Amino acid sequence: MTTITTADNAADPVADAAAPPCPPSDPAALGLRENATFDRTTIAAIRRAALTGLYDIRGGGAKRKLPHFDDLLFLGASMSRYPLEGYRERCDTDVIIGQRFAQKPLHLKTPVTIAGMSFGSLSGPAKEALGRGASAVGTSTTTGDGGMTEEERGHSDTLVYQYLPSRYGMNPRHLRMADAIEVVLGQGAKPGGGGMLLGQKITDRVAGMRTLPVGIDQRSACRHPDWTGPDDLRIKILELREITDWEKPVYVKIGASRPYYDVALAIKAGADAIVLDGMQGGTAATQEVFIEHVGIPTLAAITQAVEALQEAGLHREVQLIVSGGVRSGADVAKALALGADAVSIGTAALIALGDNDPALEAEYRKIGSAAGYYDDWQAGQDPAGITTQDPELSRRLDPEVAGHRLANLLRVMTMEAQIIARACGKAHLLHLEPEDLVALTIEAAAMTRRPLAGTDWVPGLPGTGGAPGGNLGGPGAAPPLVGDQPVARL
Amino acid sequence: MTQPIEVRIEGHVGYYAAGMNEEATVEILGNAGVGVAENMMSGRVHVKGSASQSAGATAHGGLLVVDGNAAARCGISMKGVDIVVGGDVGHMSAFMAQAGRLVICGKAGDGLGDSIYEARLYVKGSVGQLGADCVEKPLRPEHLAELTALLAAAGRTDNPAEFRRYGSARQLYNFHVDNAFAY
Ligand SMILES: Cc1cc2nc3c(=O)[nH]c(=O)nc-3n(C[C@H](O)[C@H](O)[C@H](O)COP(=O)(O)O)c2cc1C
Repeated sequence: MTTITTADNAADPVADAAAPPCPPSDPAALGLRENATFDRTTIAAIRRAALTGLYDIRGGGAKRKLPHFDDLLFLGASMSRYPLEGYRERCDTDVIIGQRFAQKPLHLKTPVTIAGMSFGSLSGPAKEALGRGASAVGTSTTTGDGGMTEEERGHSDTLVYQYLPSRYGMNPRHLRMADAIEVVLGQGAKPGGGGMLLGQKITDRVAGMRTLPVGIDQRSACRHPDWTGPDDLRIKILELREITDWEKPVYVKIGASRPYYDVALAIKAGADAIVLDGMQGGTAATQEVFIEHVGIPTLAAITQAVEALQEAGLHREVQLIVSGGVRSGADVAKALALGADAVSIGTAALIALGDNDPALEAEYRKIGSAAGYYDDWQAGQDPAGITTQDPELSRRLDPEVAGHRLANLLRVMTMEAQIIARACGKAHLLHLEPEDLVALTIEAAAMTRRPLAGTDWVPGLPGTGGAPGGNLGGPGAAPPLVGDQPVARL
Repeated sequence: MTQPIEVRIEGHVGYYAAGMNEEATVEILGNAGVGVAENMMSGRVHVKGSASQSAGATAHGGLLVVDGNAAARCGISMKGVDIVVGGDVGHMSAFMAQAGRLVICGKAGDGLGDSIYEARLYVKGSVGQLGADCVEKPLRPEHLAELTALLAAAGRTDNPAEFRRYGSARQLYNFHVDNAFAY
């Protein structure tokens, strides 16, 4: 969101950032009715477009309500399932990533990893804090557009190095210093879009790392410069393996749009792991219209990706790392139950560091935002010192303290996932399976091929709904979506 | 390759030959496939024949010489490399070129230098349509001097005075709504 001050609202007290407009407490009593099509957000968007001639650029992911992990529930153990004792019986959480072809696969202690976020979009202390937090719990962190920094390599035990279309700062030395390589094709917030870093964040250091002038808007390319399709990608991956002695896992990151085909092609191109990012996934700076209207929700993408892996006979062999709106251990458990091997968090990690902290309310108000709403991550004015390159603001973030908070979040998410897994009778998080889940909405049922809670109905799956047994497993039941069994493509 | 070694290939090469080269001197007596010397950091790569697409893509340093022609996207996103092409280059060459110098002794296809940043382009032959924000610029003495040195380094005898220089008009460096139709 960009706040606008123009001649016709500058003198208007409701446009004053210190006293933001409040809706009347009871509009209906005044005979006022908000228009569902032209609601206040829409009116504000039209006004800003008309007043500035600019489209909106912001950080974060899709804000609209979308089918999500909240639309799934775990069934828990029952007469036919045997639960495990909380805090006593083992429920392991480790995950190995990249054993398909890499000689040195990653062995992470928790399946919750830190997503790739560029230095440039984030401050040096924020990158350091991410490394510290991730390392404290034995998980990985990831570089981003703009290259590898000392802060991050130095404080990350396990660092995934992104290989992006812009290749800003890309060099073979850093490839060799990384623990894994992530070839980025797209992001969930903007499948088909390149990066963007506005001039105000381009300091000498950021510009130097990217070989570009200071202070100009930096567009990162949306296409890789030296390969064009999956056949070329195969050769590119071989080149990366050769340069790193076949040691490092090679991930391929895709923004969720056609996940079934993209995953099938990435497998064919030789990926060790797939990173799948849904449309709720955060970004540092993208056009609002792109964030809200391009790509599909995380929930919708997972099942298609898992089906592509199963059809190739490589489910759990080529790991699936899911991101885009992962907030809690419940989200982690649901992603794993649907067939993911791990998840990545971006936005939640920034919140753990201190983003949108209510204690900064007054400062957010000064820049036209509010705690809980702040998404101008492109603007470089972050009072929390996270999405900025301003040395004064960056200094506000203590990487040790912030890293400790992130470690806490990662531990809580892992423990929450364990609580659910034990309730489902699973001695390892990766034993969670689709059969543990039901859907709360018809949309979620159709997207995940799980039956609507309390029914045996999976929209679109023949033989479900109504027939005795159905998906509940009785005689004549439709084939359940269990484990690695291939299921019919819808 | 991470050492100052010398490599001589008597024949053609496929994709990404001498990719990410550091310090080595590589001579390819035939043609080169896609992405020759891509992301080169330093050293020298000399293709005696022609090169396919994306020659010298994103390269940070060193010298790439192609005696024949180079296909589309030669020098795309180049970040400091010097490239000398004896013949022609295809369309969209030096697309988003950030730094370094690209010398083209033949003709350049359409879209030369589209969205170019600070790289400098020298072309002897004709240029198709220039890309967005790429303009012709005066060839001042310091440019003649650097061009002379580049041609000499590539072992070429072309007359530097016959070249024209192209670079960024720097109009698209910061988004402005009035430029909307240039993008
Ligand atoms: C500030 C910020 C910067 C990001 N930078 C990159 C990047 O450089 N490369 C990339 O592939 N993804 C980038 N992303 C996307 C994340 O890697 C990830 O896909 C996304 O944040 C996951 O969704 P979540 O934010 O809901 O957890 C960025 C996200 C944020 C919030």
